[in-house]
Amino acid sequence: MNAPFQHDVTSLDLLKVGTKARVLSVDWAALEESEACRLRHFGFDEGVTVEPLHLGPFGRDPIAIRVGRMTVAIRRRHAGAISVAPLIQ
Amino acid sequence: MNPLPLVAVAGSPNAGKSALFNALTGARQKVGNYPGVTVERHSGRLMLADGRPIELVDLPGAYSLEPASPDEEVTRDVLLGKQKGERTPDALVIVIDASNLDNHLRFCLQLIELGLPTIVALNMVDLARRDGLELDPKALERELGVPVTETVAVRRRGIPELQKALDDMLSAPFCGVHEPVKSDLINLQRRAREIATAAVVSETPVRRWTHRLDSVLLHPVFGPIILATIMFVMFQAVFAWSQTPVSWIEDLVAWLSGAATNALPPGLLRSMVVDGAIAGVGAVITFLPQILILFFFILLLEGTGYMVRAAFLMDRLMHGVGLSGRAFIPLLSSFACAVPGIMATRTIDDPKDRLTTILVAPLMTCSARLPVYTLIIAAFIPNTRLAWGVGLQGVVMFGLYITGICGALLAAFVLRRGVLKGSGSGFMMELPKYQWPLLKDVAIGILTRAQIFLKRAGTIILGTTIILWALASIPQAGPGQKQSDVSIAGKIGRGIETVVKPIGFNQDISMALLPAMAAREVAVSAIATVYSIDGTDEQAGATRLEDRLHHRWSLATALAFLAWFVFAPQCISTIAVTRRETNGWKWPLFMVSYLFVLAYGAAGLTYWTAVALGL
Repeated sequence: MNAPFQHDVTSLDLLKVGTKARVLSVDWAALEESEACRLRHFGFDEGVTVEPLHLGPFGRDPIAIRVGRMTVAIRRRHAGAISVAPLIQ
Repeated sequence: MNPLPLVAVAGSPNAGKSALFNALTGARQKVGNYPGVTVERHSGRLMLADGRPIELVDLPGAYSLEPASPDEEVTRDVLLGKQKGERTPDALVIVIDASNLDNHLRFCLQLIELGLPTIVALNMVDLARRDGLELDPKALERELGVPVTETVAVRRRGIPELQKALDDMLSAPFCGVHEPVKSDLINLQRRAREIATAAVVSETPVRRWTHRLDSVLLHPVFGPIILATIMFVMFQAVFAWSQTPVSWIEDLVAWLSGAATNALPPGLLRSMVVDGAIAGVGAVITFLPQILILFFFILLLEGTGYMVRAAFLMDRLMHGVGLSGRAFIPLLSSFACAVPGIMATRTIDDPKDRLTTILVAPLMTCSARLPVYTLIIAAFIPNTRLAWGVGLQGVVMFGLYITGICGALLAAFVLRRGVLKGSGSGFMMELPKYQWPLLKDVAIGILTRAQIFLKRAGTIILGTTIILWALASIPQAGPGQKQSDVSIAGKIGRGIETVVKPIGFNQDISMALLPAMAAREVAVSAIATVYSIDGTDEQAGATRLEDRLHHRWSLATALAFLAWFVFAPQCISTIAVTRRETNGWKWPLFMVSYLFVLAYGAAGLTYWTAVALGL
């Protein structure tokens, strides 16, 4: 069930709005310490389900993402550090 | 005497912590700063059932004891007993959002590990139900091993029960371990998810309200339109609602100075009371209506959860100059007055983002500059029609606003690459669920802001106004002398004149620059005073100020004066508030200096260009 296809692996900033995906890995090294810390606080971690909900009106940045029971907004650049596998719904 | 037992209210952001704190302590709160940082300390008193008072302190919201912002550092240090100027809490009230247990339980578990007597307030159970979530507080209590009370702080529900639990806890002798066992975040998060799952009785999938609202409010087209509409209404209200109270205050001040004039014999004392103290207090409190109305809106936007959405919509644009979306509302508020704008920067987490916003806020054309613009434009810019419905005067006025905005963006851009270099925390924010705040909480927030402004800024403003008065009145002019010539201010004015002469400013303007520091609009009355004091002909009073200016100033001078006022170093209220918000004199002094250089440069450039063009 819900097994990701390997070729579907993408990064969170490229995921379409409304597509649920599972976080495969986060490139913590690409982030500043406080940014990484905040992302962890929001619950971004391997295995959690995420879903982009809304995009900012200018340059489709930032992105509002559902993670767990929370909705958080992060910039496109940070979303790029999170690789995800879309779930088959 | 032993200090009161200290109970800390802690929790993740958006758990409804402040509302719970308000519910427990009421409006009698003390607001101060933690020493050395610009993080506010809110505290209040609470009586236990047996009449013993305890002190309750509202800690800044934090996601964990691993800090990602100065606020979270304070929270961690207080909880670990390492915060300067704060004693270690004797007990904890942990506030968690019932509809977001997976996340909030992580911090909650970390706090319980501290080993202090602890109560958990399972807050916002109404929102959880709205989301179709049924929870079992007893199961949560078993898993956490501490008492759990259900509350809805914004509706003041469950508060007596929480107080009862607090009573029981503080009455019982405490013999827990005080050795914190530190689990790492990953394990805590895993455990949090397990407990959250165990505490959920049932979950009915429903279309969430917040998501439905966001589809409209964060819509790429409708979102910005709605934001613009809300901002428009806010500004209309700030100007429309403040007029009446401001006129009351002005009447009151006029009445007071009339009464004082009658009661006191003429002389230095009367002059000090009337022109110094009463005028000074007047200057302080005429700011209040606008500040309070702006804060009403800001707190309402904050309380409903819309504020973060506004930041979301504007982030990309603000990011372009190195600011975050969070800076949008403070900067916009600064069009009314920089004081509430600067005070509103508290919502910006990142210290550098916040400081940049504070430093550029004064470049937003505040309403106090309008009278100056209006006067000069009316006097020098012909009222020609450029196109249907578009007049030259209006275009000039618009140009001044745009110059201010461009100046602010440019200044932010330069500051972020110079003195305030370094990337900020970016833009990472939780979008909280929409809810309607209790008006009482909004009122408490407004009162707190008013108190801060009057106490901290008010004293500095009053003091400086009296100093300005003294400079203008001492020594007293003898018969046949002009006060503006003999006074210290007059001498300073002549000193200023040598500095500003190259940019086309005459003596009248130099004399007005110093009093204009008290408040922008004072520049107009100061210029008026110069002309009425020095006026020789009988008709002086009858001639309109615009006409007199028109005859005595060249167009180049007038344009330079306008350019000066776009950037001019700030009024004392702004400087005082900047001092409070940055916790020292370093940044207000920097702000005044860089604005002075900008103003001087802009005025000079305008003057020399105008002269070269033969104006």
